[in-house]
Amino acid sequence: MSVNRAQRVDLEVVTDLIPANSRVLDVGSGDGVLLELLQETKQVDGRGLELSQRGVNECVSRGLSVIQGDADTDLKFYADKGFDFVVLSQTLQATRNPKIVLDELLRIGNRAIVSFPNFGHWRVRFSLLIKGRMPVTKDLPYSWYDTPNIHFCTIRDFVNLCEELGATVEKATALDANGQKIGLSMPWWFWNFFGQQAVFLLRR
Amino acid sequence: MAAQRAARTKDEVDHPSSPVLQFGPDKPLKLDAGTLLSPFQIAYQTYGTLNDARSNAILVCHALTGDQHVANTNPVTGKPGWWEVLIGPGKIIDTNRFFVICSNVVGGCLGSTGPASTNPVTGKPYGLDLPIITIRDMVRAQAMLIDHFGIEKLFCVLGGSMGGMQVLEWAASYPERVFSALPIATGARHSSQNIAFHEVGRQAVMADPDWHGGKYLDFGKRPEKGLAVARMAAHITYLSEAALHRKFGRNLQDREALTFGFDADFQIESYLRHQGMTFVDRFDANSYLYLTRAMDYFDLAADHGGRLADAFAGTKTRFCLVSFTSDWLFPTEESRSIVHALNAAGASVSFVEIETDRGHDAFLLDEPELFAAINGFIASAARARGLSL
Repeated sequence: MSVNRAQRVDLEVVTDLIPANSRVLDVGSGDGVLLELLQETKQVDGRGLELSQRGVNECVSRGLSVIQGDADTDLKFYADKGFDFVVLSQTLQATRNPKIVLDELLRIGNRAIVSFPNFGHWRVRFSLLIKGRMPVTKDLPYSWYDTPNIHFCTIRDFVNLCEELGATVEKATALDANGQKIGLSMPWWFWNFFGQQAVFLLRR
Repeated sequence: MAAQRAARTKDEVDHPSSPVLQFGPDKPLKLDAGTLLSPFQIAYQTYGTLNDARSNAILVCHALTGDQHVANTNPVTGKPGWWEVLIGPGKIIDTNRFFVICSNVVGGCLGSTGPASTNPVTGKPYGLDLPIITIRDMVRAQAMLIDHFGIEKLFCVLGGSMGGMQVLEWAASYPERVFSALPIATGARHSSQNIAFHEVGRQAVMADPDWHGGKYLDFGKRPEKGLAVARMAAHITYLSEAALHRKFGRNLQDREALTFGFDADFQIESYLRHQGMTFVDRFDANSYLYLTRAMDYFDLAADHGGRLADAFAGTKTRFCLVSFTSDWLFPTEESRSIVHALNAAGASVSFVEIETDRGHDAFLLDEPELFAAINGFIASAARARGLSL
């Protein structure tokens, strides 16, 4: 698990955004690493939704409240504003309809936190521009034909989608290839070029 | 052997070897059928010790043909308790730590008032004079038992199949009395197919001339053939095609070749006949009618204006649901619809679907993934309830 955490700096960023004792829904909870982190450090009332049954069973055996379900189809069963925060961590790009999913997150949570890999990162651009190949990197290890990530976007694309959905960006963080936060004073284009991942705090 | 078992079953009806709680005319059981059952009694077993705060009580609800002997040798069959793999000292539900209660359901035949019990008005067995019993009636009676122990809030209510229905009913009827709920391999209503299976079983019982319109005990008879057929048919629904094939295939029973007759040539036939024959020694046929009816009538959403989420509105209970991939009696979709309702009600819910080919009965078996889920859920609920290890 410590290995997971080191690889997922975005989880620390997400955790920092959530005040203690919040009600949190983690969409795409995987093996429960974020939920467990949030329960340990922030004593949140946490719930999870996870697609893979293996992940769900692992979560439940660790005492987490997680159900098997699909972000694309099952978010509609949640009540309006049922949670303080809804987190979608590194999952948006794997959904069939990211726009509807994001809309649902904003409906269910008072705040939505979304983290995703930035397809505008220079390495990605470099791979396409120079090599003419779909990028395969440490963070995006799949080939084009077997990737679960079917809806990549750049930081700029995501900001546009937020505008379209009437969501306000309360806070945004970009992480470079070393997991370091990129300075707040930098312009969007800089983030979009050097940010390998982004974490957004949204409300509507 | 069989006669002895049958005699023991008969003894257990009015004067069970379990502790019994009697409710006199001042404490009638209000039935959904619109009448009162009084007097009545509940036979139960307990394991472990209730702590001073009375916060460590777990209620186990048994399934259709189960009983209160969840973790002790069964007085009728001499076999281990039906959930001893899960419950006992040092087990996942550790009776060194928790106070475990299991009672025979009202309508049953092992000491709680049921159709085989003596009707105090006539001095004869109730038979079909007993009003129809519902899942909610069973739970209402259990609540009276819990009151007797002075337990305000149960730490956990758990059970599979018909036991799971009782768990759901507990959570819906007494949300403030249930800290955590663990319904396994169950549904919030009985499906049309399940009602159909039950009706086949009931018709088999009633078609047996020894049933005598339900008054067989008055004639010193029992509809053994009918009840055995009912059990055989039901037993198939508790397994899965894959498990049957794995276990029996087309193997022949103690013979080299087909006999070209209607003897039990195949192992599966012999197995089912055995299941049917042993069942009739330990179960009352009218009880089977009443309890299958109780399951058929169960529809939690209908009891709450047609919306299942309303059955759980505002609930603080922590839920964990479990289903099995090969269960065709209560398929995963049944559990999933409960999960969606709980989500809509904003409840704390976990849901695990376990991959197995052992069918509905998997909940009674040694399933490591089931145990891991129960263990994780109970442990985290115990932490939340402030129960120390």
